[in-house]
Amino acid sequence: MSIIVENLTKTYGHQKAVNDISFEVKTGEVVGFLGPNGAGKSTTMKMITCYMAPTSGDVRLDEHSIHNDSQDIKKKIGYLPENNPLYTDMPIIDYLRFCAEVQGVAKSNVSERIGKMVDLCGLEVERHKRIGELSKGYRQRVGLAQAMIHDPEVLILDEPTTGLDPNQIIEIRKLIKELGKEKTVILSSHILSEVEATCDRILIINRGRIVADGSSETLRHQAQGQELLTVQIEANKPSDVEKELLQLSTVATVSGIEGRDGFFQVQSKPETSSRKSVFDLCVKKKWYLMEMTGIETQLEDVFRELTN
Amino acid sequence: MSKIWTICKRELSSYFDSLIAYVMIIVFLGLSGFFTWLYGNTVFLIGQADLGVFFGISYWTLFFFIPAITMRSLAEETRSGTIELLSTKAVTDWQIVVGKFLAALILVGIALVCTVPYYITVSTLGDIDHGAIWGGYFGLLLLSAGYISIGIFSSSTTNNQIVSFLMALFIGMFFQILFDILSSSFTGPIGTFFNFMSIRTHFESISRGVFDSRDFIFFLSIIFIGLTLAQTMLSRRNWQS
Repeated sequence: MSIIVENLTKTYGHQKAVNDISFEVKTGEVVGFLGPNGAGKSTTMKMITCYMAPTSGDVRLDEHSIHNDSQDIKKKIGYLPENNPLYTDMPIIDYLRFCAEVQGVAKSNVSERIGKMVDLCGLEVERHKRIGELSKGYRQRVGLAQAMIHDPEVLILDEPTTGLDPNQIIEIRKLIKELGKEKTVILSSHILSEVEATCDRILIINRGRIVADGSSETLRHQAQGQELLTVQIEANKPSDVEKELLQLSTVATVSGIEGRDGFFQVQSKPETSSRKSVFDLCVKKKWYLMEMTGIETQLEDVFRELTN
Repeated sequence: MSKIWTICKRELSSYFDSLIAYVMIIVFLGLSGFFTWLYGNTVFLIGQADLGVFFGISYWTLFFFIPAITMRSLAEETRSGTIELLSTKAVTDWQIVVGKFLAALILVGIALVCTVPYYITVSTLGDIDHGAIWGGYFGLLLLSAGYISIGIFSSSTTNNQIVSFLMALFIGMFFQILFDILSSSFTGPIGTFFNFMSIRTHFESISRGVFDSRDFIFFLSIIFIGLTLAQTMLSRRNWQS
């Protein structure tokens, strides 16, 4: 089931929380919303899940539009809201049963679905407790379980791993990847490594607009204009090295790294690579090339550049 | 309909899990029992086999208790954010509101059923007007339904339970007593209007065992208007800017 978002806008007073966003998510895609706090990630999700109506624009799930068929859409979406609100006075199993019934799961399937969710989300040990007695990690699992109880085709997860310990985070990520094979998943996060690890595609949102859209490689590639290398060269006359490097036809700038003898940062001209010529130069001059590392642009850099 | 029932069941079990239900039933039985049998104008003092005393007391106890039952219903959901979870499931705002309304009504119904022993006791003491008793119970139920819908509306306007409680009492006060007082100080159409708006008028008419369509229209309108306003308040997130 694909999600089509068209010119979605939400205005609060004079402020545009979401400003004319359009994108499309295909079946089996895991898309990550990335952005600083208050960028409009949650607001967009709230509109997709029919919690609130947009000021203008439309969201469609296949042929269903949020304006006409919100009940159909809600049935097809599993949603984990930000901060994971839950009825803390309810026992886990009762709560899952309530969610299943509200979402219209057939009576005969309810118990089976609950069993499946308890297994899938690892709730077996705690299954007889009240939600209020659970630790944050387990609550998050209950939140995921209630989102998936009716086997929805679309999953919308607003910061699914907040408050989890590293082991749990890895488990949840694995689960999301697994689910993403058949379902359409949108998740939001401000943890970059998380989005990179789980998502096929990343949408970076800033001040209500999409500022970047693509897989993590394409985004990195876009941001990375010129090749940057760190090299360590041992030469008889270290003073020559910088001068000689600069004379290579592909090299744009060379700078020594302060406090580390023999280290240089070499930036190539656009669209070229200096790796081979640096090596050849060392062979010719009988220098020892101790180290040569390409500096890759991290997603962090892309993020900072786009959202600052 | 089944969605409404699902929501209603959850509300009811939360009433019983959190002891609200037990406290409410026990205090209601205690208060109404005390004034019906032990203190003041009791059944024995009046010397008639009827439950007029009980209905008179319940008229006031329910007025105070119902806001306490309903104050939580939507205010707490808004405060804790669970309303977002609930309204993104396949239910409409109307089903949420009606489900909560029914749950509170069933709770009051259970409390009233617990007073059936009063009826049995009194009926063994002498000749009793069965019609008036059923009318009285029915009147209490309608009155409760009206206050519940006012309570749910109050609860939908705020995320603070105390504000919700006081607001329900404040609105209820008009129907409970103020319109009655106003109706006696005005004559002509204004007086008639205030008289019609007073819950007491309709409650007394029904608990005499008289079934007049105007009484039903009055109570059903309060219920419908209260619930519609509550639904509107819930949906305000859609156009709020």
